[in-house]
Amino acid sequence: MESSEIYEILKNEFGETILEFKRDGVVEPYIVVAPDHIRDIAYFLRDDERLQFTSLMCLSSVDYNDGTLGVVYHLHSMTLGHKIVLKVRVPKEAPHVQSVEAVWKAANWHEREAYDLMGIAFDGHPDLRRILLPYDWEGHPLRKDYKVPEFYNGMKVPY
Amino acid sequence: MAEFRTEEMVLNMGPQHPSTHGVLRLEVVLDGEIVVNVVPHIGYLHRCFEKHAEAMTNYQQVIPYVDRMDYVTSMNNDLAYALAVEKLLGIQVPERVSYIRVIMAELNRIASHLIAIGTYGLDIGAFTPFLFCFRDRELILDLFEMTCGARLLYNYIWVGGLSHDLPDGFVEKARAFIKTFRPNIKELNDLLSYNKIFIDRTANIGVLPADVAINYGVTGPMLRASGVRWDLRKNDPYSLYERFDFEIPVGTNDIGVVGDSWNRYMVRVREMEQSLNIIEQALDNLPSGDVKSAIPKRIRPPVGEAYVRSESPKGELGFYVISDGSGSPFRVKARSPSFCNLSVLPEISRGAMVADLVAILGSIDIVLGEVDR
Repeated sequence: MESSEIYEILKNEFGETILEFKRDGVVEPYIVVAPDHIRDIAYFLRDDERLQFTSLMCLSSVDYNDGTLGVVYHLHSMTLGHKIVLKVRVPKEAPHVQSVEAVWKAANWHEREAYDLMGIAFDGHPDLRRILLPYDWEGHPLRKDYKVPEFYNGMKVPY
Repeated sequence: MAEFRTEEMVLNMGPQHPSTHGVLRLEVVLDGEIVVNVVPHIGYLHRCFEKHAEAMTNYQQVIPYVDRMDYVTSMNNDLAYALAVEKLLGIQVPERVSYIRVIMAELNRIASHLIAIGTYGLDIGAFTPFLFCFRDRELILDLFEMTCGARLLYNYIWVGGLSHDLPDGFVEKARAFIKTFRPNIKELNDLLSYNKIFIDRTANIGVLPADVAINYGVTGPMLRASGVRWDLRKNDPYSLYERFDFEIPVGTNDIGVVGDSWNRYMVRVREMEQSLNIIEQALDNLPSGDVKSAIPKRIRPPVGEAYVRSESPKGELGFYVISDGSGSPFRVKARSPSFCNLSVLPEISRGAMVADLVAILGSIDIVLGEVDR
């Protein structure tokens, strides 16, 4: 199924919460949706007969360096063989996105990674802890304005 | 008789433990010998790959870092990253480049599976197959060494091409390797795969149903062992894989049940045979050409983004690359197969015996360098 058809289906079902569809200038077309409705949209994408997005290939966090953070969902249907990219954008001061862990378990560790490295809070995640960095690390390194702390637990950070 | 008071015990397996294949800590909650829960703690090998990639001034400079993600399958990592940047740039590589890439990726797949198989045997007490596997892997490393000078971290596949053409005598030596290695797979099967003790330790252990596997994002030999005929080389071909004739092995009910540890092991053995077939076809039809002609002098992709996935020996390796039009990548996200495959461990080890936990973990075939990046 083409991405424009997927967009039409989503637009009919969810209306206002589907914000934007972009297909020009980028390599893959994507759909921007509202961060506080992503879980319902995800359930629909997985369970609808026409869509059947069974697997979440990748969940990435991005700092757009303009005061917003983003989460990018790369979805794929193993049964129907089509793909789609979903995006949400949140302000850097209050980065809250609904968790899709209940929809795809693959999101569990990916969301923890996004929380750890980018500082995005996933509401409704059952176990939102740091995953790659030590539990008492301060800051979120993948943000563009991240400064490496001088000390960690009283030890000098070498560079 | 008075009732015994029982309570659960928390046992830390790792971070320094031979069965964890690196530095992984498993917080195991035990009720007697039964595993109640497993909480994996990762990150001991985190080397900030994604942050490093953003700091590079050239897209080619990322490749040595990509090498170090899954350090036993560097060729496949290079290939996945190169494909992603090539998609952003919109360049087509010459056919010879694609063929050589396929040869290298498949050789590296065999090398990776040999480590997986050998160390899996080692995990559950079979020492000899480990030595046999490493003997054969050495032949592959010799081939890589004569091609690019390195035995482990190759930096061989570049964006748009390759760092070197094949050296003289490579084709003959590769054919000789195939001739030597084919009978060794049978030897391995006699020694380990159909060994009664090995089967007793692995069959019907850690069964992973197909729907759970898909939901957790499990890919590669692990997903195929659960009976899903899914291989990106067939289902979403890249690098001219559609031209090659090979089969996708999946899990069977012959010895254990579909999705158990033995099937995960056996799928890897069968994949090695298929990889040999692919290499033979690629060597037979190797086109001529210049492997450096498509390498761009300056890499400045247009503003945009691409997610490209490929079938690495562990599963689906994807790179999500965002370009802001400058010479250095704006964001590189690696979707590593070991990361997703490891996340299913608690699900399949609940209710198992503590001794089987090692057998389950080994069958996942993780490389911590890739889990932690």
